[in-house]
Amino acid sequence: MNVVVCVKQIPDPAAPPALEPGSNTLDRSGKLILDDSDAYGVEMALQLVDTAGGGEVTLVSMAPNGETAGLRTALAMGAARAVLVSDPMLKGTDALGTAKVLAAAVQRTQFDLILAATESTDGYTGTTPVQLAELLGLPSVTFAKSVAVDGMTVRVERQTEAGFDEVTCPLPAVVTVTAGVVEPRYPSFKGIMAAKSKPVDQVTVADLGLDGQVGQAGARQEITSVAAAEARGAGEIVVDDGDGAARIVTYLESIKAI
Amino acid sequence: MPVSTIWVLAEPTASGINSTSLELLSAAHALGGSVEAITWGTGSQHAGTLGAHGATRVHDVGDLAGSLPGVPVAAAIAQLVAAGAPDAILIPTSYDGRDIAGRLSAKLDVPVLTNVVGLRDEGGLVTSHAVFGGSLDVAAKFTGQGPGIYVVRAKSFVAEPTGGSTAEVVALAVPDTGATGLATITSSHVEERTGPALDEAAIVVSGGRGLGDASAYSMIEELAKLLNGAAGASRAIVDAGWVPYSHQVGQTGKTVKPSVYLAFGISGATQHLVGMKGSKTIVAVNKDQDAPIFSIADLGIVGDLHKVLPALIDALKNR
Repeated sequence: MNVVVCVKQIPDPAAPPALEPGSNTLDRSGKLILDDSDAYGVEMALQLVDTAGGGEVTLVSMAPNGETAGLRTALAMGAARAVLVSDPMLKGTDALGTAKVLAAAVQRTQFDLILAATESTDGYTGTTPVQLAELLGLPSVTFAKSVAVDGMTVRVERQTEAGFDEVTCPLPAVVTVTAGVVEPRYPSFKGIMAAKSKPVDQVTVADLGLDGQVGQAGARQEITSVAAAEARGAGEIVVDDGDGAARIVTYLESIKAI
Repeated sequence: MPVSTIWVLAEPTASGINSTSLELLSAAHALGGSVEAITWGTGSQHAGTLGAHGATRVHDVGDLAGSLPGVPVAAAIAQLVAAGAPDAILIPTSYDGRDIAGRLSAKLDVPVLTNVVGLRDEGGLVTSHAVFGGSLDVAAKFTGQGPGIYVVRAKSFVAEPTGGSTAEVVALAVPDTGATGLATITSSHVEERTGPALDEAAIVVSGGRGLGDASAYSMIEELAKLLNGAAGASRAIVDAGWVPYSHQVGQTGKTVKPSVYLAFGISGATQHLVGMKGSKTIVAVNKDQDAPIFSIADLGIVGDLHKVLPALIDALKNR
């Protein structure tokens, strides 16, 4: 069984975020790492291929500046190869544009199943995987907290407001996974060394035939203003010296919460 | 061009209509012009409520026969758009809302603006978004042809009955969706929940990584129960598998605006704050005096939650 995992390389969440002057879109010029959310998709893919007794995990990613650091992390976990779409023309691409890029890139691979995170940590639109599915003419199941493949059917436990639904879907399909769907492995030293020579097929917007449909212009939306939000001030901060609980009770009584 | 027609996705729930959908109907009504709702499943049974919040007509996709809503509802809306596009389609940020928005966006080849927290008409809709943990307010708008698809966060607007009469219900057919529509629900599991829903509770008790391990979360649940509130969680402990995603409060999770938000062992990372900084009052317990949560807490206790939380539970039991 062959699984494609769409992964995103994002500005390191530990670093202070910034907006690009001018467009006010997210500044992606600093250090990029594999989105934590994607570790779950990569691990799930590796386990599904393992259970199926054969096949490969292929990563597909769109990133600026030919960035591959995050891909190498996922390749070190065990993915076999990657397709990276990188091109200055992609700057400012929105979710739908990204889905178009990923759809074109995915069509360069063989797959039975496409996995992705439910949303990225930096953009969190939560729409790209489903837009991707529509562009590819595939069914999709989002918010999977458990995934199993049985022949040409995928069985998913899908998170709902009230609990979860059991969902079945024929392959090929797109499934998005929540954290906790699996415990991601740490790459081994052997995996890290092997990752260095795994193939990363780097393609451009022109290679995919998407000129004019991506980037800021393709996004057909713009930021009109940016302002500091009203800061909410702090009240009373005290060190607990055994009376912390009592202070909370008194406070809750004072605001008539209890 | 000022906004003149808005459609709102009226998402059915076990007990009625998603409260965010009612908020969006009120927002649409306030923007002026005509407001119509789109629903499916049991939604049309609530034409009275939908009308009372400003919808003049409800387009009913009807029973989905077990299909996940994303594909059929989006296909039906796309066909309705072809007959006459509205200026805007407002969709709640929910599991199915985002599926519908994504499918519709790709079908119509129009972009989506997500995580919207405000809307105003400036000769065309301008949206507000809170980014970087809510420290920056960003305004945005579409620049191309519509309809504009907007996915709006819960509690961005207040649901206000407008006194409208029951909305007219018209059937909306689903066109053939081919292979895309083949995902099917085979059974539904409802988790027993005692107490109010997380995004409706007047009091929310949340736990984070400072709890130390999954078993400590039971104290959060116990305190929530004692306060007749709901239990929430930071992304860190959801990612760790201690609690399901449905408990997550934050940028990627639920937005809550309770009267009281009590945070135990939560540092207040930017992505968490955006989900709860609208709370009326905030109480935080954390052993790190520099934890960002203390910069927005009305009452902050710098201390060990493994001492404070059990003592608080005891104190409340013995009141």
